[in-house]
Order: sequence, then C-alpha cells, then structure tokens
Amino acid sequence: MKCGIVVFPGSNCDHDVYHVLSHVLEQETRFLWHQETSLEGCELVVLPGGFSYGDYLRAGSMAAHSPIMAAVRRHAEAGGRVLGICNGFQMLLETGLLPGAMRRNRDLRFLSVDVHLRVERDDLTWCSSYRRGDVLRMPIAHAEGNYVDTGEALDELERRGQVVFRYVDAAGRREPAANLNGSERAIAGICNAGGNVLGLMPHPERCAEEMLGNRDGLGLLAGAVAGGGRVGVLAAAGG
Amino acid sequence: MTSQASRHAEGPEGRFVARVLVYPRAEVLDPQGRAIEDALGRIGFDGVRRIRAGKSFEVALEAADEEQASEAVDRMCRQLLANPIVEDYTVEWVSE
Repeated sequence: MKCGIVVFPGSNCDHDVYHVLSHVLEQETRFLWHQETSLEGCELVVLPGGFSYGDYLRAGSMAAHSPIMAAVRRHAEAGGRVLGICNGFQMLLETGLLPGAMRRNRDLRFLSVDVHLRVERDDLTWCSSYRRGDVLRMPIAHAEGNYVDTGEALDELERRGQVVFRYVDAAGRREPAANLNGSERAIAGICNAGGNVLGLMPHPERCAEEMLGNRDGLGLLAGAVAGGGRVGVLAAAGG
Repeated sequence: MTSQASRHAEGPEGRFVARVLVYPRAEVLDPQGRAIEDALGRIGFDGVRRIRAGKSFEVALEAADEEQASEAVDRMCRQLLANPIVEDYTVEWVSE
C-alpha cells in the first residue's frame, strides 16, 4: 500500500514509522512535508508523534492548520485511512476529524513508560491482527494525553463503539492505577464513525520488532496496510 | 463560551486591540491551577480559594468597524485561540 508520513517541524517519530512501514512491512512509503498540498496518491496517511511547532498554544493545534491538513481532511472524509499517533492523535482532535480534546496528564508529568492496552474492537481493518480483549504492551511518551470530552459526547462515543483501545492493567482490567494520564473512561485510542480514521496515544512503531523486545505494535501497523482498498469495518465481523 | 464585546477602545483609523483570556472550563479539571494552588498553600498563602491557570493573547487588528473587529476576534477564538471542548474565552478591548 502506498503510505505517506506527514513531517511537521518538530515531528520526531516520523522515521520510526517510516522504518516499520518501509523496511519491516515492505510498503511503498514516503514522507510528505507539511507545506505540501497533495497526498501524492498515498492511501494510508500517518500523522506521526513528536512536538510539532513545539506544542505551541495546544499540542497539535498549529499543525492542525498546516497546508497539508486540508488534503488530509479531504482524504479522511472520502473514507481514506488516516492514522494519528501521539502528537498525530492530538492533531486529529484539533482538526475535529476525531472528537474530544487532550488535557495535561493528571499528575502534570511527562510520562515515558510502557502501558497495557485492551483491544476493544477487532472488526476494524486496523485491528485485524488482534482479537477483542487482547492485552497489548506499548510505550507512551507524552505530557498531554489526558483525553476528555463532554459526558454526552463520551456516551455517544461508547454507543457507537468508537473506543478502540483502553488503558488497563496487565490482566486486562480497568484500574485507575493503570490509567496513568487520567483519561476519561481510560481511553487510549478512538476511531471516527466510519472507522477509517484512528488516533491513539501509545506508540506502536516503537514496539514492532523482536530486537526491540516487544512487537505488540506491529499488528496495528500491519492492520493499517491490510485489506487492500478496504477500510473501516470488516464485513465478516458484522459490527 | 462568552464574548464580551463591550465598548471597543478604538485607535486611529479602524485599529483595534483585543485582549483574549482563555481559561479551562469550570467543569474541566485544571491540573496546573491545582498544582499552583497547592504550592501557594505550601509557602504560606492560606486564604487562596481557587487558582485557574489560563492564557492571554493580545490581538491587534484592523477592521472596518467595531462589529467586524468583534466578529473576527470571535472567529479566531473559536477556530484557534481556544479549544471550546475544554476552554472558555472572554474578549476585552483595550487601548493601544
């Protein structure tokens, strides 16, 4: 699959994603500079982690208004695949392609640790390597990952099954202590209603090879390029 | 969300200066404000009831009239300066 990784001033996980997509998963992958206005035919667009624009104003808020974001929005609205990781997830919230917002972490600390995630959906192309209820270990590295939205909006998100990953303990249980950044309803990753836009705070690209001691994240990036042109909800799983 | 476009302090020839104040919404936990509150308590300020940590922006702009200036600043707030999900904003007009 033709993959594009958008590079903003301050992106720092762009090469990690490139490595996994290009060298591990052997996909045709290229970088897209944020000032470009075309996605050059890329079918998967990745908004990578980092500190775009030095996190000025709010994390992701400046990048959300970069020239390329108009093309990303059109791609998303046409059903194209968009994956936002960490700062990329923050951008998706700031553009409104995904609902909600981020606050500073509950304890105001930058968190750089491994966390456990429970897979809440396995009927999405993104999660086609996982089963619902699987517990994954992935690193987080952020200061603003404390997901919030209005109570009503959160209920709506749950009702539509848009919560894809939740912070849990190693046994897969939702415990306050496992929800380090204080996110509402332990939300670590969500998708849009169509299932073609996914954002998550943890870094699958940092745990996608055996030599790194953890390849739990490889499945997500494999899912991101799986299924040819198909995207969103897998027909076979039926909902 | 409030926008108090009261009396504009109008400078020469349609120049306006707005001060935009952005605060976390009352119902949204403000961890920064809480930390500052605690720190003030630790250094002996006992009477502090609440701290909310926000941001302020000074926006100097040109516009045909007060209404247009006010409308433009309001749109800036909604589209970029504040995130309405977690923040409220107010606009004050000041003299340059």
